[in-house]
Amino acid sequence: MAMKTASGAPAAMPAGTTPQARTGFWAWLNKRLPVEEFITTQMTGYLAPKNFNIWYFFGSLALAVLVLQLLSGIYLTMFYKVGEASSFDSVEYIMREVDYGWLIRYLHSTGASAFFIVVYLHMYRALLYGSYRAPRELLWLIGMAVYLALMAEAFMGYVLPWGNMSFWGAQVIVNLFGTIPAIGPGLVEWIRGDYAIADATVNRFFAMHVALLPIALLLLVVLHLAALHEVGSNNPDGIEIKEKLGPDGKPLDGIPFHPYYTVKDLVGVGVFFVLFAIVVFFVPTLGGLFLESPNFEPANPLSTPEHIAPAWYFTPYYAILRAVPNQRLGALLLLLAVMLFLFLPWLDRSPVKSMRYKGWLSRTALALFTVAVLVLGYLGLQPATGLYVVLARIFAVVYFAYFLLMPIYTRLDPVKPVPERVTYHAH
Amino acid sequence: MADHAVVADDEVDLSRRKFLTSATIATGAVGVAFTAVPFIESWSPSESARAQGAPVELDISKVDPGQMTVAVWRKTPIYVVRRTPEMVAQVSGHDPQLKDPKSDDSDQPPYAKNTLRSRTEEYLVLIGVCTHLGCLPKQRFAQGELYPSWPGGFFCPCHGSRFDLAGRVFDGSPASTNLRVPPYSYPNPRTLRVGEDEKGVA
Repeated sequence: MAMKTASGAPAAMPAGTTPQARTGFWAWLNKRLPVEEFITTQMTGYLAPKNFNIWYFFGSLALAVLVLQLLSGIYLTMFYKVGEASSFDSVEYIMREVDYGWLIRYLHSTGASAFFIVVYLHMYRALLYGSYRAPRELLWLIGMAVYLALMAEAFMGYVLPWGNMSFWGAQVIVNLFGTIPAIGPGLVEWIRGDYAIADATVNRFFAMHVALLPIALLLLVVLHLAALHEVGSNNPDGIEIKEKLGPDGKPLDGIPFHPYYTVKDLVGVGVFFVLFAIVVFFVPTLGGLFLESPNFEPANPLSTPEHIAPAWYFTPYYAILRAVPNQRLGALLLLLAVMLFLFLPWLDRSPVKSMRYKGWLSRTALALFTVAVLVLGYLGLQPATGLYVVLARIFAVVYFAYFLLMPIYTRLDPVKPVPERVTYHAH
Repeated sequence: MADHAVVADDEVDLSRRKFLTSATIATGAVGVAFTAVPFIESWSPSESARAQGAPVELDISKVDPGQMTVAVWRKTPIYVVRRTPEMVAQVSGHDPQLKDPKSDDSDQPPYAKNTLRSRTEEYLVLIGVCTHLGCLPKQRFAQGELYPSWPGGFFCPCHGSRFDLAGRVFDGSPASTNLRVPPYSYPNPRTLRVGEDEKGVA
């Protein structure tokens, strides 16, 4: 247990708590498995900046949602029967006949949207405070790999209920691969395993959704945390706390992750699950945003829903895809819209990390980007006609300009001086 | 060989070690590549999926003039439109508004690479899948149905692609190519066979 000094900084570890001093089962265990070493290096001895704010809740919330998705997902596989003929009916069986099946499914479907909400806010935090900047480039890239795996996981999970939107969503997304020159049509047939989205397709998507991608996600999350604990957390001031060490060689502005931030994060998890439960129990479809009404009718290969829109978390990309009057270019821009995030560590040339010390140019750029993403997200839910297409084109340009012009405006930006130590007011 | 002979027992021959390491890695990589083949190939359409992709026949004499019927071939809707002479006339006169009026960049058998994109004037046979992202275009055959100058054709509800009564795509559509034409033939004047033509089974 770390003790607190009057200044709020942690005291040195009290004597007598080293592994050697322990006896009994704990000593036996630690000689064989470095449990205590792990706790002291990664939890009680991992020093995080003391000035975290509300934006720093979303990493731990993403972890909480991942656990919820694994638990509810494993339970859904106990009742779900994959296959063209059985998928839809088995989901209805879960909803109507399995005791609390409706709750387990709504936890999972709401969890999917919640996952994207917290991940998008987690990523936005990085945009605000420059958390992708050196030395955290690899941390950012692994995080982006988590995001890409999550997108694949969400898309394939969306297909499994085999509703009409599942079917046509799969059709649209799989056909995106058909725009690749030369190998496109063959690749699409290979992905589907048939001449259309069919039994073979939903079967393999199930395997990916419940086995391959969750394993990949877990591995990537472990790598993400390992990289984080190697370089240390960024903070709202974008100051490296490792550059200001106390006489004990530890960062002056660092506090142990446990108990300080575990307790803080628990509060966040509590608040989050209150909001989450409200959605699950009172508005599980959230007016068609979390679960779309065409998906409550079975997949019909001969009837396209009048209006196809993906789940809300893909709509900004979808709006960009539809804004382009050439399909290959549209698919390419969609890919670019996702992939440009990977290059942020090298596009941002500002001498400061945090938006607190960046100038009006960077602030305006981020504000415009925020508006563009929100407007594109809205447009992706609307039909692709008239004014909507024009707006989608305008905001797609804004979206890409945020990234492509970043090396220019971050260098011209009138930045403010960065303080020596993090901004912190004792409570 | 002589180089190796002079090396003492407790010394490491680095060049030999490097060669053996590279050779082991290369052999292993070849093994991994071969092992990957069955896993990759398993995703191709199965024998039963291929068998179900056989040609289908349709009695076209039952389609009324001006009407469309939908056949299913390879789980894909095949649009068969029996065009009236007026509908045939509606196909011409808007070539400048089309992306690919001569079907140069589009996918069709050689006998359908013409203005009407069909073997005969009367029957139009198309794969009823939008060349943009695979939705089903809806029939909007009447002139002026979408807007006053609309010559009649198909409209995709997903992303707004528009095609004329020969399946040719209009400018301003997200689709870049005309609706595809499957291989087809007429074993007799009443019968349409989709999936097989003079070249054999697709």
